[in-house]
Amino acid sequence: MASHAPVKPLRIVLAKVGLDGHDRGVKVVARALRDAGYEVIYTGLRQTPEMVVEAALQEDAQVIGLSLHSGAHMTLFPAVIEELKRREAEDIVVFGGGIIPDEDIAELKRMGVAEIFTPGTPLQDIVDWLRRRFPEPGAPAPSAASS
Amino acid sequence: MNGRRDLVAEFRSGNVRGLARAITLVEQRDPSARRLLTALGGELRRPRVVGFTGAPGTGKSTLVDALVALLRRRDRTVAVIAVDPNSPYSGGAILGDRIRMQGHALDPGVYIRSMGARGHLGGLSVATREAVRLLGAFGFQHVILETVGVGQSELEVAAIADSTAVVLTPGSGDGVQMIKAGIMEIADVFVVNKADLPGAQRTVQEVRNLLSLGPKLEWRPPIVTTVAATGEGVEELLEAFERHREHLERSGEGRRRAEARLKDEAADLVAEWARAEARRLLDEDRELAARLLRDRVPYAAADEILTRRLTPGAVDRSSPPAGRGEEARPERS
Repeated sequence: MASHAPVKPLRIVLAKVGLDGHDRGVKVVARALRDAGYEVIYTGLRQTPEMVVEAALQEDAQVIGLSLHSGAHMTLFPAVIEELKRREAEDIVVFGGGIIPDEDIAELKRMGVAEIFTPGTPLQDIVDWLRRRFPEPGAPAPSAASS
Repeated sequence: MNGRRDLVAEFRSGNVRGLARAITLVEQRDPSARRLLTALGGELRRPRVVGFTGAPGTGKSTLVDALVALLRRRDRTVAVIAVDPNSPYSGGAILGDRIRMQGHALDPGVYIRSMGARGHLGGLSVATREAVRLLGAFGFQHVILETVGVGQSELEVAAIADSTAVVLTPGSGDGVQMIKAGIMEIADVFVVNKADLPGAQRTVQEVRNLLSLGPKLEWRPPIVTTVAATGEGVEELLEAFERHREHLERSGEGRRRAEARLKDEAADLVAEWARAEARRLLDEDRELAARLLRDRVPYAAADEILTRRLTPGAVDRSSPPAGRGEEARPERS
């Protein structure tokens, strides 16, 4: 194993859900995650929860990152969590980013979103969070995939 | 063992996640993938495989998207493997080919998988070939391989496809650039995409001129003009692939290529196994490593490793970990 084990990069689906077209932030995050050694599958704008989950399943991603600036996070983030349950894929970790008020963050976390990053978060914080969550890049999530 | 049954059962159940996991295992050269492929032995059907390569921005993903749409209209199932480069610094990658294929995101007759070109221990071709095999076993009738023509990965991928299309755009450089890139040789079909841009006919003419300079071949690669964004020319492209397939069958070239592919694959598997074994011996046998460092050239150590691993009856103190049977024998499934 050890030194010559095949590389197992963590695979992350990044998606813009909902109708807003602000994709600058998510592209910056995509680059930061690539530079941290992760494989980022960017699926583009205006994704429905079904599309995001389908992409994560097809790509065998362990993580989904959602970006949303339209204010519909209380509808769309839980919809992704619900869809993951419906597809029996709750082990896939979901995090989100966008303009999201504190009280919503608490509620979203209760619903199963693992973490929320608001505008101004240093990119390194996202990378650090992923490193903590997935200690070895690509290693399977600690068996209880919930926080 | 338990995991293996689950994997095989999950795969057979037609759950897309089973397929996706199996492809990950293949990418990671996990021994359980070999067991899965062996278990699926009787179900392996080779899908029709076409490859697309070309410089970044030539519209490959959009073209693949249009071809998928056409095949779906004809009730064919299609899988796409899109290969993108990894960062040479971090090893990470941004795989963005799905963006252009969102129209098929929820179609169960379409499967799209993004792959990083690097980080494949046995090379991209080993993993891709096995992924194609899995996709065929899962029931996909067509597989489209898409790879950016920036390095050598397109050559590896071209060797797997039945037919390879090289995608060019108007003004994408003159003929000398194409010869330099070495892509003339791998093209079974040329596509001049974005043919609504000025200069398209000139590009077609340049390719034609280049082809006329080359040796007279039995198969003369056709040049198809397309506007992928509108779907224009995509039917003609599919027809060109079909004609090439007929040529492969008629001429016997298809069988030759299939045989060459299998030989390549067997050789690649042996090389993969040998590399892993050599690294393991060098890690575990301190004396061997010390001799290598003292020699300062690798030849004696390489000979010793070969002799130790290949001589029948040679005692190898350091036996490989569990699963040796499947792992050590580079057998075909």
